[in-house]
Amino acid sequence: MTGTFVGMPAFPTAARAALADSQLRSNLAHATSTIRARRLAVVGELDGWEELRLAGAAIKDNTLLHLDEHLLALEASLTARGAVVHWARDADEACRIVAGIAKDHGADEVVKVKSMATQEIGLNEALAAEGIAAWETDLAELIVQLGDDLPSHILVPAIHRNRAEIRQIFLDKMAAVGRPAPADLTDEPARLAEAARLHLREKFLRARVAVSGANFAVAETGSLVVVESEGNGRMCLTLPDVLVSVVGIEKVVPTWADLDVFLQLLPRSSTGERMNPYTSIWSGVTPGDGPQEVHVVLLDHGRTRALADEVGRQALRCIRCSACLNVCPVYERTGGHAYGSVYPGPIGAILNPLLRGVGTDDQVDSLPYASSLCGACFEACPVRIDIPAVLVDLRAQVVDAHRGGVPRPEAAVMRSASWVLGTARRLGAAERASGLVGRVAGRLARRSSSSGRPLMSRLPGPGAGWSDARDLPAPPAESFRAWWKRTEGGHR
Amino acid sequence: MKVALMVTCLNDAMFPSAGQATVTLLRRLGVDVEFPEQQTCCGQPFVNTGYLDEAVPVVRTFVEAFEGYDAIVTPSGSCAGSARHQHGIVARRSGDAALADGVRRVSPKVVELTEFLVDTLGVTDVGATFPHRVAYHPTCHSLRMLGVGDRPTRLLQAVHGLELVDLPDAESCCGFGGTFAVKNADTSVAMGADKARHVVDSGAEVLVAGDSSCLMHIGGLLTRQRAGVRVMHLAEVLAS
Repeated sequence: MTGTFVGMPAFPTAARAALADSQLRSNLAHATSTIRARRLAVVGELDGWEELRLAGAAIKDNTLLHLDEHLLALEASLTARGAVVHWARDADEACRIVAGIAKDHGADEVVKVKSMATQEIGLNEALAAEGIAAWETDLAELIVQLGDDLPSHILVPAIHRNRAEIRQIFLDKMAAVGRPAPADLTDEPARLAEAARLHLREKFLRARVAVSGANFAVAETGSLVVVESEGNGRMCLTLPDVLVSVVGIEKVVPTWADLDVFLQLLPRSSTGERMNPYTSIWSGVTPGDGPQEVHVVLLDHGRTRALADEVGRQALRCIRCSACLNVCPVYERTGGHAYGSVYPGPIGAILNPLLRGVGTDDQVDSLPYASSLCGACFEACPVRIDIPAVLVDLRAQVVDAHRGGVPRPEAAVMRSASWVLGTARRLGAAERASGLVGRVAGRLARRSSSSGRPLMSRLPGPGAGWSDARDLPAPPAESFRAWWKRTEGGHR
Repeated sequence: MKVALMVTCLNDAMFPSAGQATVTLLRRLGVDVEFPEQQTCCGQPFVNTGYLDEAVPVVRTFVEAFEGYDAIVTPSGSCAGSARHQHGIVARRSGDAALADGVRRVSPKVVELTEFLVDTLGVTDVGATFPHRVAYHPTCHSLRMLGVGDRPTRLLQAVHGLELVDLPDAESCCGFGGTFAVKNADTSVAMGADKARHVVDSGAEVLVAGDSSCLMHIGGLLTRQRAGVRVMHLAEVLAS
């Protein structure tokens, strides 16, 4: 059904293709600017927003510091309340566990609550390989699934689609997998939602197994929390007999008092709402009410690797709100697909390399560079992940992973630049040389800036990346330091 | 007070007038500014591209050049941010305790020009006259890394004859981003094109910012488009 990100090109290449899609850019600019404004308004209502952010960061950091203990406490509470806890080291283990549970119940389909963890491990594809259909029930995920598409945003996976495109997908694809879309479907949001509702309703009522993730797992009572907007999650979590939740190990919070902080931070940061419409919390099995068999799969899949990274471990504080995507000027132009992962945007640019490690895959290695380091993400992050600092640290890890052997052209340039900038004498000599270049370029230049400075509009070699769209002033005949020397500090 | 000018490698080699304007401005305000000739670069291009080993000799030179000054003033938010926030990382990487000590002494003394003017000297009216319509682009590192806030616009508003116009979406990154401008040239240009459009829409004759790097990028797009809007470093406006 849904495609996969396997084999995606490195970020600059994927971004180039996305930038050429003017429909995509206009969809994204509209959607992100709307949600940015909403977030700013509701965050502005709170006096203690900075204190809440600090509290959120501190709770996560303290929990991660003793993650082993909190996970064992969570397991004990869950087990005491009748849930079955499974531990999954990686994607394969997790997918096998979920498929095994479905097969034990003879299920050939499951309904799904929107979940990043199950997308991260490729659960739908793994279930399909076992002959089990996984139906996404979140509206945007449904659009992505029906369109054989890939998610491009953590919270709004179909953010790259507009209403007209969604209508067409519903008309073309719904019939093959269930109740068809009404023939007279328009692109009014209410009509589109109604079509999805009717289509999904029969799946909710029929399915015997549901799969979810969890936004939080409260260790003290073994309670899982799903925060959502549409109510589809509530349906999945209450109607089927069997519920399997795949939960990243960083989702644990020790107490309900801790949860309180995140339930204030998350809706404001993600959808720009004071509170989200549906918050479902369940603690194991309640006889006669809701699912009578509850499984929890605690997932590592690179999280312990990230935890071992001194600078990068703060990424495990992430509550998947998407605020960083919505404020990111790079994401706004390229969209999420260019990041080649279910985690796009600034958080994806650090999370993917942290979960998977650098130095083995050019696509992953390109992600820490997919940022101008403008810092808007850090400013918006509700748990104060210093994304620019982690990006810079990961860049060093990428470079270090490629040290030794034949230096790449960039490394050679950096080495010579380091040598030149190592002493003022060498820099002065380089500036005299560039001054000469500037004089020649100045004579050759056909245009100059309004202040009379000659402009170079075609640079050789890697400089072409600059000059394809941008002029560069010719180097001045005299550098600052030469001027200072000649004029004795401007006094002559 | 012993005050050093940290001109930055980019201003030194490409935009000396920004450095000269800083000297003029500081002298006008009674500051006897020195230019430690040993200085080269803050090392940011290396750190932000991942080349920490290559940054070590550059940061070592930086510390040697600026040791002993009470204030190290620089007409660049980005380079000030690099010195204040990244030199510690480079020193740790070097494993050289003496360098780490040097960084601990020197890097907190680095101040961006508007911080020095407003906080240290306590002036907002620097006695400049610039009868033009000006838009101000708050560069990301001055805004979000240093938190210079409204210091630059307070300085500009006090310039005689200057009309400060609103720049739409001012706090959005221009897309320069150091080596990002070349490694991800398409995205960088897409961001810069939106910035350039906003600059033109603002009706300004001159776009002013506190970082020559961002101005080189935005200015390069504006001249390519023959937009007719000039770019100038904030120091040049304040020294006029």
